[in-house]
Amino acid sequence: MLDQLNASFNFMQQSLSLHAQRQEVLSANIANADTPNYKARDFDFSSQLDAALQDSQAGMSSARTLAVTSPGHMAGAASGALDDPQLGYRIPAQSSLDGNTVDMDMERVNFAENSLHYQADLQMITNHIQSMTTVMRGSE
Amino acid sequence: MPSIFDISGSALTAQSQRMNAVSSNLANADSVADPHGQPYRAREVVFQADIQPGEAVGGVTVSQVVENQRPLRREYSPGHPMADAQGYITMPNVDPTEEMVNMISASRSYQANLEVLSTHKTLMSKTLSMGQ
Repeated sequence: MLDQLNASFNFMQQSLSLHAQRQEVLSANIANADTPNYKARDFDFSSQLDAALQDSQAGMSSARTLAVTSPGHMAGAASGALDDPQLGYRIPAQSSLDGNTVDMDMERVNFAENSLHYQADLQMITNHIQSMTTVMRGSE
Repeated sequence: MPSIFDISGSALTAQSQRMNAVSSNLANADSVADPHGQPYRAREVVFQADIQPGEAVGGVTVSQVVENQRPLRREYSPGHPMADAQGYITMPNVDPTEEMVNMISASRSYQANLEVLSTHKTLMSKTLSMGQ
């Protein structure tokens, strides 16, 4: 039963975590908007989410399981562990003299969109927790 | 990965250092150089991405402050007490137009990073109250 509860949270957890990571990448781009030769980074959200979900499904058999060195130990698996996403480089719409490829408008739009997605994820998790609590209370 | 607070915080520091350089340049734009001393040269900060080994992204840091090597301005002003034998005084190589542009650019970047920081703060406090 707890496994099912965990699985239903897994998707949202991965999505939230990836959004948080993308937020960091975008904020680093904005921070380095004036750094000569800095190349703007980003990753493809949907493909990284797919990879993370597959990873976490295979998590039980992967190296992220706890080592059992004594018969008293319980076997545990870290299903929520997320690898760093594969970062790519942006292709600039127009080149700048100092070799910097940060397009401030694009980064800020992406940042705003990403923070909205993060909030949506949070809201979904909150709603999910609330429905679970309602079910557990039953007819009280 | 470093936290957004570190990343945007480093950008705020770097941009205000740039602002310091601009204000120093503008303040000294008309400092007449002593005929025997070193005249004031415009300062410029050099930004560098501050990416720790093993990390993919990072903040920004000021790697050095360089002096502008443009020739100093020479002004003909024979009545000036600091004038040399030919009647010229040496003025700093500060270009006020360039400094103003630099100032606006720095303040815009500062604003952008501050917005990132406050958005992140809001998101984090919402995360802390998750499920409530």
